[in-house]
Amino acid sequence: MPFSVYIHVPFCMRRCGYCDFNTYTALDLGGGASRATFAQVALRDMQLHRRWQEEQGIAVGPVDTVFFGGGTPTLLPVDDLISLLGGVRSIWGLKPDAEVTTEANPDTIDADGLARLADGGFTRVSFGMQSAVPHVLRTLDRTHTPANVEACVRGARRAGLRHSVDLIYGTPGESLDDWRTSVQAALDLGVEHISAYALAIEPTTKMGRLIRQGKLPKPDDDDEANKYEIVDSMLEQTGLSWYEVSNWAVPGQESQHNLNYWRNSDWAGIGPGAHGHYRWTDAHGEIHDWRGSEVLHPRPWAVQVAQGKLPVASQEWLDDHAHAEEVAMLGLRIREGLSVQDLEEAAGRVLPQQVIARLVHDDLVTVRVTDTPIRPEVLALHQAQDKHVSMSQTEYGAAASFSTSTSSKPHPFAPDNSAIAQQGYDIRLVPTRKGRLLNDTVIDQVCQAVGLW
Amino acid sequence: MSANTVQHNQPGATDQSLIRNFCIIAHIDHGKSTVADRILQLSGIIEEREMRDRFLDRMDIEQERGITIKSQAVRVPWTVDGTEYTLGMIDTPGHVDFTYEVSRALAACEGAVLLVDATQGIEAQTLSNLYMAMDHDLTIIPVLNKIDLPSAESDKHAEEIANLIGCDISDVLRVSGKTGEGVSDLLDRIVTDIPAPQGDPTAPARALIFDSVYDSYRGIVTYIRMIDGSLQSRQRIHMMGLGTTHEPIELGVISPEMQPTKALAAGEVGYVITGVKDVSQSKVGDTITEDARRAQEPLPGYQDPQPMVYAGLFPIDNAQFPELREALDKLKLNDAALIYEPETSVALGFGFRCGFLGLLHMEIVSERLSREFGLDLISTAPNVPYEVTGEDGTMHRVTNPSEFPEGKIKSIVEPMVAADIITPKEFIGSVMELCQDHRGIMGTMEYLSPERVEMHYRMPLAEIVFDFFDQLKSRTKGYASLDYHEDGEQSADLVKVDILIQGDRVDAFSAIVHRDKSYSYGVMMTKKLRELIPRQQFEIPIQAAIGSRIIARETIRALRKDVLAKCYGGDITRKRKLLEKQKAGKKRMKMLGHVEVPQEAFIAALNTGEATDRDTKDKIRAAQKAS
Repeated sequence: MPFSVYIHVPFCMRRCGYCDFNTYTALDLGGGASRATFAQVALRDMQLHRRWQEEQGIAVGPVDTVFFGGGTPTLLPVDDLISLLGGVRSIWGLKPDAEVTTEANPDTIDADGLARLADGGFTRVSFGMQSAVPHVLRTLDRTHTPANVEACVRGARRAGLRHSVDLIYGTPGESLDDWRTSVQAALDLGVEHISAYALAIEPTTKMGRLIRQGKLPKPDDDDEANKYEIVDSMLEQTGLSWYEVSNWAVPGQESQHNLNYWRNSDWAGIGPGAHGHYRWTDAHGEIHDWRGSEVLHPRPWAVQVAQGKLPVASQEWLDDHAHAEEVAMLGLRIREGLSVQDLEEAAGRVLPQQVIARLVHDDLVTVRVTDTPIRPEVLALHQAQDKHVSMSQTEYGAAASFSTSTSSKPHPFAPDNSAIAQQGYDIRLVPTRKGRLLNDTVIDQVCQAVGLW
Repeated sequence: MSANTVQHNQPGATDQSLIRNFCIIAHIDHGKSTVADRILQLSGIIEEREMRDRFLDRMDIEQERGITIKSQAVRVPWTVDGTEYTLGMIDTPGHVDFTYEVSRALAACEGAVLLVDATQGIEAQTLSNLYMAMDHDLTIIPVLNKIDLPSAESDKHAEEIANLIGCDISDVLRVSGKTGEGVSDLLDRIVTDIPAPQGDPTAPARALIFDSVYDSYRGIVTYIRMIDGSLQSRQRIHMMGLGTTHEPIELGVISPEMQPTKALAAGEVGYVITGVKDVSQSKVGDTITEDARRAQEPLPGYQDPQPMVYAGLFPIDNAQFPELREALDKLKLNDAALIYEPETSVALGFGFRCGFLGLLHMEIVSERLSREFGLDLISTAPNVPYEVTGEDGTMHRVTNPSEFPEGKIKSIVEPMVAADIITPKEFIGSVMELCQDHRGIMGTMEYLSPERVEMHYRMPLAEIVFDFFDQLKSRTKGYASLDYHEDGEQSADLVKVDILIQGDRVDAFSAIVHRDKSYSYGVMMTKKLRELIPRQQFEIPIQAAIGSRIIARETIRALRKDVLAKCYGGDITRKRKLLEKQKAGKKRMKMLGHVEVPQEAFIAALNTGEATDRDTKDKIRAAQKAS
């Protein structure tokens, strides 16, 4: 199981009107929490994590990926970022080909800084470009200019860093042409990786308030759907393929760190509000699945770390049911797709073939047959279910009826689970573009079909 | 009198000359419960510190809405000139729908306190209850309440009341339930003015059941007013109407909590518990007599209440159907006016068609079903009973649009009501317009005072049960009040409008409306449903039709995108919780074919309101033209 480290740097020069991330603009938040001391506290936090892992019996190997997010990690001195990476290396070890990314605001880093990051072991940088259209950037409260971004990307390339840009669509006032302009600008930069996120309006933000007061138009789902289709088409045509609902890359340039989240891997979340996840089997063969997040505010976070306490604010031990839901939810977001046998094993129930056929028919997923053999325990599940199906076909059919167009005309691809089971290979459900746009619908139907909802 | 004072008049041994039974007639919010509480406190049976606010209103819903649904009967001691009297205070409901319950309470009394808010004056329903009390020959004691408020206009409203009941202005008492001012004078007046009961104390026992309440621990608690004779706690009793005989478990009075007693004698108000848990065993209006020495004649019975409004109640989860039946059976015990029979809807599954006294009654019943019995229900648009005659001459009684016969109709007869509306004179014009829109025929109009008028209309009941009351309130800034009672029937040009979702008729949305209004109904319902039904993965056409003719159409476009939210920094828990929550919300929706329809859609028909926007008006005009 790959292991990742996420480090959350909770500082920004100013707060953008749409952002509700855990970030602060003050230089010194008191109680030993400041930009200047952040790296020190975070290093101590890593040690606490390591100790906790040992206590729990979680064996994690050398780190596969490290990601600095925020906030604005590049508000910290480059040396601090490098020493934090040094901490990761000394505490857990770092694989030789590890992917080490930092987010960067184009305002806060230059070519020199990028070169020093590369020298310090960073391999990848992700720029918050958001848009190339001045009025859109203004509405988003972003202070950088398209020229900044270009300089940064050039700097990254010269330093040998892999690079990506983030875009936001659906900003109030953004036309379809504005959006095309932004996507084209990102492509013109020659990046190998682009993330494009729909603007989510959070009620607690300035933008949320302005929309509530009617001073800004509300984002429109149809407009966002159009923009998703635009970016997906433009990127696919240029050789960047989607690999997660909101991420596209030249094949081979995918963010491994990002993928590890969707593959339900383990990672340590370091820093205020950072989330972490572990799933492991203990010495008695019992499985544990843990998600937790650290104290949100940097001051109590720093105080707890200083006291030698792991600063976890909330945590959840997932039961089988929650785990199965996550298997469906995570797998259906990525191009690798949802492994049907993983889902069936987690849910303890076979995904009926009628449901798969319906999802395919409604153009929500495609089916990919893998060369992964089906595990014996899943085969046993199929055999038990086959018996059940032949005994009560009607009851089973009723369980698989859905709120979709009902036409029962046969679809050219109506896979037969038992046939696949006989062949002995797992299949994966891969969301189509429509299935990505209606991802929640797909998750809903799949979870319902295996009796989770 | 203090709380420690011993009451001398013992239940079962109190001379009728010392008994005064009365009720309070008042409009919602005119302070009846506050005055009643003050009476309990002044009499010493509860102390101030233990006085729960609004002691008499026991049910949560009543307390929240400030209305009393069920009458309760409290035995209150009060001493005048050294003689202790026993007052039977019977609390009555104040809303238009509960006329029937008021009539039961009135029959158990010799007098009534007419309580009017000094800041607002008398309201239409109070007036009709007052007339009913006068019909029962009750002695009326007029009282203005809330005289402590700066906005009280006591002189003006005293004159209004004096004119109404033909008394002297100085006879109108002025009290404040809040401060207690004048309440002890009121108690004195009750003793001096209201006649003592005149039953025959030696005759075979006859007691009137005026209410019964289901208590989950004790079974049925039946409230009775002894008319003749007496009942002893160990005597077997006989229900004259039902013909059943019971061993009473307990006989008692309420003062202010339940107190078991050895006997109840002529003139007294109390309760009896027989231990029966079967809801059909305690019939309101029945006469109780002693089994061993039965009375010859039962007391004049009550009229069975006629439901004025029908609606379907369906559990969202059809598995809850048996629970719904049980819950209705229990409510029925408390609520003689509620009637119901099983109904099957193609769209909604198994449920009950219920008859109610009115809209508020319907609302209260569904709220109690959900709150007290935890049932998740859909209630369909309310309907009045029609008599529909087909061309072949067969007559159908239609309490549900689905019973509306197909094919050619010879005639339709609908129930009419006489509606009385009291309003400040500046709203006369708006009220006339509203009534005209609702097919009302104006009768007379009287000035109650220089500022207020009472207007009389004859209207189809169907027009009132829809949304009339809300519109009346909004057009008169909340000042107008309404009362109505049955007033025969008329034949009318009515049609059934069906609503089709994805081409399938949804029986729960069908409505019987006047032909002139059918187009606006169709247009507005389709528009409303378009707003209320969330977009789904496929396009959903919504149509309104009369017979096979489509009169309105809207389309819910296919949903193209649901949440694509980023899982911030790996906050996968949040995303999962959101999905789970969304799923829980969906479970509360009803599947019609393949379309998920939220519950609100089913009550949308209640509030179709008036066409205000241009699009709606254009569509209505187009539909009318096409006809």
